[in-house]
Amino acid sequence: MKRAWVVGGAGVIVLVFGWLLFGGLEKNVVFFLTPKELLAKGSAGVGVPVRLGGQVKPGSVKWDAKTLDLRFTVTDGAREMSVRSAGAPPQMFRDGMGVIVEGRVGSGGVFEATSLMVKHSNEYRAPKPGEEAHEKYKTLIERSTP
Amino acid sequence: MIGLLAHNALLVSLFTVALGAVITPIAIRSGRRDWLQLTYGAVYTNFLLVSIATVSMVVALVTHDFSVSYVAAVGSRSTPLLFTIISLWGALEGSILFWAWVLALYAAAVVWIHHRRPGNLVPYAAMTLLAVAAFFAVLLAGPANPFLPVSPVPADGPGPNTLLQNHILMAVHPPLLYLGYVGMSVPLAFAVGAILSNEAASNDWAILSRRWMLASWGFLSAAIIAGMWWSYEVLGWGGYWAWDPVENASFLPWLTATAYLHSVMVQERRNMLRLWTLNLCVATFVLTILGTFLTRSGILSSVHAFTTGTIGYYFLAFIAIVLVATLVLVAGNSDRIRTRGNLGGAASRETVFLLNNLFLTAVMLTVLVGTLYPLVAEAMRGVKVSVGEPFFNRMAVPAMVALIFLMGVGPALPWGSTTWANARQRLLPPTIGAVVLGAIAVIAGARSVYAILAFAFVGYAAMANLREYWIGMRARHRAHGEGWPTALARLIGGNRRRYGGYVAHIGALLVALGITASSTFRTEREATLLPGETLTVAGHTVRLKNVWGREEPQRSVIGATLDVLGKDGAVIGTVQPRMNYYRVSDQPVPTPDVRSSPRGDLYVNLTAFESNGANATVKVIVEPLVPWIWFGGMVIVLGAVIGLFHRGRRTAAPSTIAVAAPEPEPALAGTDS
Repeated sequence: MKRAWVVGGAGVIVLVFGWLLFGGLEKNVVFFLTPKELLAKGSAGVGVPVRLGGQVKPGSVKWDAKTLDLRFTVTDGAREMSVRSAGAPPQMFRDGMGVIVEGRVGSGGVFEATSLMVKHSNEYRAPKPGEEAHEKYKTLIERSTP
Repeated sequence: MIGLLAHNALLVSLFTVALGAVITPIAIRSGRRDWLQLTYGAVYTNFLLVSIATVSMVVALVTHDFSVSYVAAVGSRSTPLLFTIISLWGALEGSILFWAWVLALYAAAVVWIHHRRPGNLVPYAAMTLLAVAAFFAVLLAGPANPFLPVSPVPADGPGPNTLLQNHILMAVHPPLLYLGYVGMSVPLAFAVGAILSNEAASNDWAILSRRWMLASWGFLSAAIIAGMWWSYEVLGWGGYWAWDPVENASFLPWLTATAYLHSVMVQERRNMLRLWTLNLCVATFVLTILGTFLTRSGILSSVHAFTTGTIGYYFLAFIAIVLVATLVLVAGNSDRIRTRGNLGGAASRETVFLLNNLFLTAVMLTVLVGTLYPLVAEAMRGVKVSVGEPFFNRMAVPAMVALIFLMGVGPALPWGSTTWANARQRLLPPTIGAVVLGAIAVIAGARSVYAILAFAFVGYAAMANLREYWIGMRARHRAHGEGWPTALARLIGGNRRRYGGYVAHIGALLVALGITASSTFRTEREATLLPGETLTVAGHTVRLKNVWGREEPQRSVIGATLDVLGKDGAVIGTVQPRMNYYRVSDQPVPTPDVRSSPRGDLYVNLTAFESNGANATVKVIVEPLVPWIWFGGMVIVLGAVIGLFHRGRRTAAPSTIAVAAPEPEPALAGTDS
């Protein structure tokens, strides 16, 4: 009798737990979309947390060091989307590089980013001649002392 | 040359472990117990051979022998010696080699310590370990061979992954993780051995394997904390846990191992949960292999996933084999293993342990589902998704808060059953701790229900665990007239398992306190400063002094020096956040500077700078009580160490102790240092 209660109780707990688990999953899944896929969603894509992936459109990066306001455009070749973010851009945030931006589309159609990741393959890429830190920051390194 | 030697050693090792594993059941079935020497010989020989290969790899790394493929992939003449040595575990093939070596070490230790034990438990356990070793030997012979010849021999290599050569904790976190992960094969080996030798119905094997699980659990706990610390010190975002799949991979077996350490006590005391405990052994091992698959197969993109290749299929096949084999073993013997014991009253320690196991399993399943869901969704529905932090925080955090509460209830309740009046008398006093800490949290500005509950429960459980010490010490003080320090030492010494457990509880509570406080009361601001300008965050002020650069053999360093100002504006210290540019990567590695005190951390990260040094953008984060997380981790390890030096329960019959644990202390202590 006691055993039946224990087994029954465990069954109920497992069912409730499973229901909560998958309900929670449905609500908290963040889709990984390109600008084209996101724009295709229309108004359904507004205000929903999304990971936006694509390339930084050449010439689109504008960063105001004083206000820390960062604006750039993410493109997937077909469509593009303006992104606004607060804070310094990752170092080497250069034109054409792959990015993943987490955030949501605001009411003005601008993507408000909460986090910004530079997509780099695990096979890391060596800097090109002239891009090396000791070349780029030569004056800084030679003039100053820690 | 050295590559060829090591490669041949690994091939012979594959042959040896396969032979040793196959010969064991033949020897036992045919009654030729003297053949078991071959099994044990295979274990020792394997350890010798894998040691030769591992030492060869270290020698090749240190001598920059770029004719060895692994050295050509991760070595560099400009990398400092320490980071050259630890690049042994810095990429896929080397880490599999290191894994195989740790496994060989554990297997040799198990046989060395337990080979005199009569019966078939230890031979079958050795066979299981040899079978696991065979899997890694296959990996090393094929898809993860680190000793491939390279021609033509390059003059220099790229050096290790930049993130991994930036901090000293990379010399600490991976070996601890391997010692924890691989050590969990030993309890599995004992579980399989117990079933095959028909000893699963006794508790002996559980007592044997408990100690190995505790040691591995201690290593894994330390590894998780060290990994959090590394992430905090290197990644520059001021956090230590993001429910990243690789973090989850280390957390999953920790949860089932923790559940095992509690359920095995119920098995010993009440003869219950035997089948469940056995399944926890199996689950823990499978989760370690799953974790290795997730982090090593390249299926997830992260600092841990090195390359994509065929190795993932080997892991999937191995997981499938382990699951099928253990299912057949456990299911085929379940009626013999099933328990005879009875639940005590509702208000008893075993009830709390049941709840503890229920919640730990629930957290494990939540984290498992959240971790695997993106993989399943992509495979089945072709959509790329990620499961965000909110899922884990909403689903796992409540259960973890409940676990904190149970940490206060369990120790206060006796085994068997008790009256409600007695339970009330034991459970009410710690409420003071809950009220005090909860009130402090509310006054400090905590508004989230779970944060306030977490603070209150930490206070409750801390009081409850400390009260256990107090009651024990007072009893000794009154009965034997011992001084308080003597009473404390003898109390712990008299029942190291129990009080080691309470020490680990205190450590876990400190970690919980640090996590709750630093996530609830975190303040951050980012600003671009000219030299002389200040930035104030939550009462902490920094002033930019200058931006500088420096050349080092393997990297260029750009740094900013900032003065930390006291309340009166006087300089009380400096911080130097930096960006390290390694030659091989166009991405700099952020190197934040952290100023710690018991009250919390001032975390300063350099996020951008003008290339002429005219200004610097810094992010300043104030996080209360973070150092308590690291300190709590050390206390957890201390608890595990105290528990390991347990010599068997004093009330137990001496004969069972002699059989169960033939003086394993010295050898285990050796693996601890």
